[in-house]
Amino acid sequence: MKYVDEFRDPDAARALCATMHVEVQPGRSYNFMEFCGGHTHALCRFGLEDLLPDSIRMIHGPGCPVCVLPVGRLDMAIELAVSQPEVILCTYGDLMRVPGTGGQTLRSAKAQGGDVRMVYSTAQAVELAEAHPDRQVVMFAIGFETTTPPTAAAVKAAAAKGLTNFSVFCNHVLTPSAIDAIMTTGTGETGARLDGFVGPGNVSTIIGAEAYQGAVDRWGKPIVISGFEPNDMLQSILQLIRQVNRGEAKVENAFARAVRPGGNMAAQAMCADVFAVRDSFEWRGLGAIPNSALKLSDAYRAYDAEERFAMQYISRPDHKACACAEILRGEKTPRGCKVFALACTPEHPLGSCMVSPEGACAAHYLYGRFRDAAAVPVAAE
Amino acid sequence: MCLALPAEIVAIDGETATADVDGAQIPVSLAFLEGVAVGDFVVVHVGYALSKIEPDLAKEQLELMRSGAAEEGVRV
Repeated sequence: MKYVDEFRDPDAARALCATMHVEVQPGRSYNFMEFCGGHTHALCRFGLEDLLPDSIRMIHGPGCPVCVLPVGRLDMAIELAVSQPEVILCTYGDLMRVPGTGGQTLRSAKAQGGDVRMVYSTAQAVELAEAHPDRQVVMFAIGFETTTPPTAAAVKAAAAKGLTNFSVFCNHVLTPSAIDAIMTTGTGETGARLDGFVGPGNVSTIIGAEAYQGAVDRWGKPIVISGFEPNDMLQSILQLIRQVNRGEAKVENAFARAVRPGGNMAAQAMCADVFAVRDSFEWRGLGAIPNSALKLSDAYRAYDAEERFAMQYISRPDHKACACAEILRGEKTPRGCKVFALACTPEHPLGSCMVSPEGACAAHYLYGRFRDAAAVPVAAE
Repeated sequence: MCLALPAEIVAIDGETATADVDGAQIPVSLAFLEGVAVGDFVVVHVGYALSKIEPDLAKEQLELMRSGAAEEGVRV
C-alpha cells in the first residue's frame, strides 16, 4: 500500500536504529513520551521498543480520546440513551464498550432498549436525523483536534438543512492543554523526568506544528511531530535524541508529507465558528484542566445536546481496581496494574485504556503482554 | 479513534470523492481541502480528507530513512 509499505522497510529501520545506537551518549538516559495512542499502538505492534537502545524509555501518553473521557461523561450518554426514548444516540465504535459506573456500557444501554447506533462518520448521523424527523438524533462526539472538524461540518450541514432534531454531545478536547497538564499534574514527577515528546501526527495536520511552540517555550522539552509507520517513529525518536544531545528544545516536523505549515486553515476556521473553549473539563487521570475542551459556540447553541436535554455532569470515580488514571499520567505501565490481563482484558475491560486498540493497556495486551516472560527452553530432540 | 489512512482519490463529485484504501472504495468528504485531483493521496479520518500527501516530501523522507538519517541536516 502506497505511503504505508515503504515506511515499513526493514533495511531503513535497521539503518535508523544503527544511527541511534551510535548517537546515544553513554551514561545518559532518554525518557520520551509518545503523546498519541496511535503512536503507542505502532510502538507495540511493530515491537519498536526492542530495537531501541537500552537508554531510551518510551512513556505512553494520554492521546487516546476514548481513554481520557471520564466516567461521568460516559454516564451522561448512557443515561440519555436509556431515559429518552425519542433519542437516537450515534457514536464511534470504540465508545460502545467503555465501562461507565457499575459496569454499564452503551452496549448494555442498547440491550436495555436505548437506541444507540454506531456510525463511521458524523455525516451518517446527519442522514439519520433527516430520515427520522420524529426522533432526536444526538452525536456523541469525542476526540482531539483530528476528529473535531468532522463534527463541526455535521453541525453546519444540519444548520444548512434546517434540521431541528440534530444535536451534539460535545466532548472534544485539545492537545496543547493536555501537554501542559502532563508537565504539571500530580507530583509533577512524570513531567520532570521527560526529555521530549513524540508529537501528534494526525492532530497536527489540522492545528499545524506551530501550535506546540507555546508548550516548548513553557517547558523546554523538544517535540517532534511523527507519522504512524514504524520508520516514521524511529526517525522522530532519532531527532529527539539529537535535540537532547545538543541541549535544544524546539518543534520539528518529521511528518512533513502530511503536516503543512499552519495546518489545515479551512478546518480551523470551521471549528472556530462552531465551537468555543470550555472554562474547564475533566479528563480521566489528569483531572479538571482549564481551557482544555470545546463546547458549541453561542451561534450554534441550538445544537448543544447538553442544553437541549438538560444533561448534568457529575464527576464519578473509576473502577477501584483500575490504574488507567496513573497509566494516562505516565506514572504506571499497563503491566504495573494489578488487574492487567487478569480481571481486565479487551473482552471484559474494567477501564478505558483496555478498550480502544490505541489504549496503552489494549496495545500491550495485543502485542506485548509476554514480552517480559522468560523464554521457554525448547526441549532437545 | 485517531486512525487515519492514506487513500488514493479515484473520483470526485463536487465536495464528495471516492477514495481507494488498499482496494476498498470509501466515500470521502473534501470539505476541508481544496485543489485535490484524481490520483492524489490524502489522509482520511472518519470520512473526511484532512490533508494531501506531498509526494516529493515523502520521497525525500524515504531517502533520508534509507541512509539511516546518518547525516545531520534533517528537514525540520
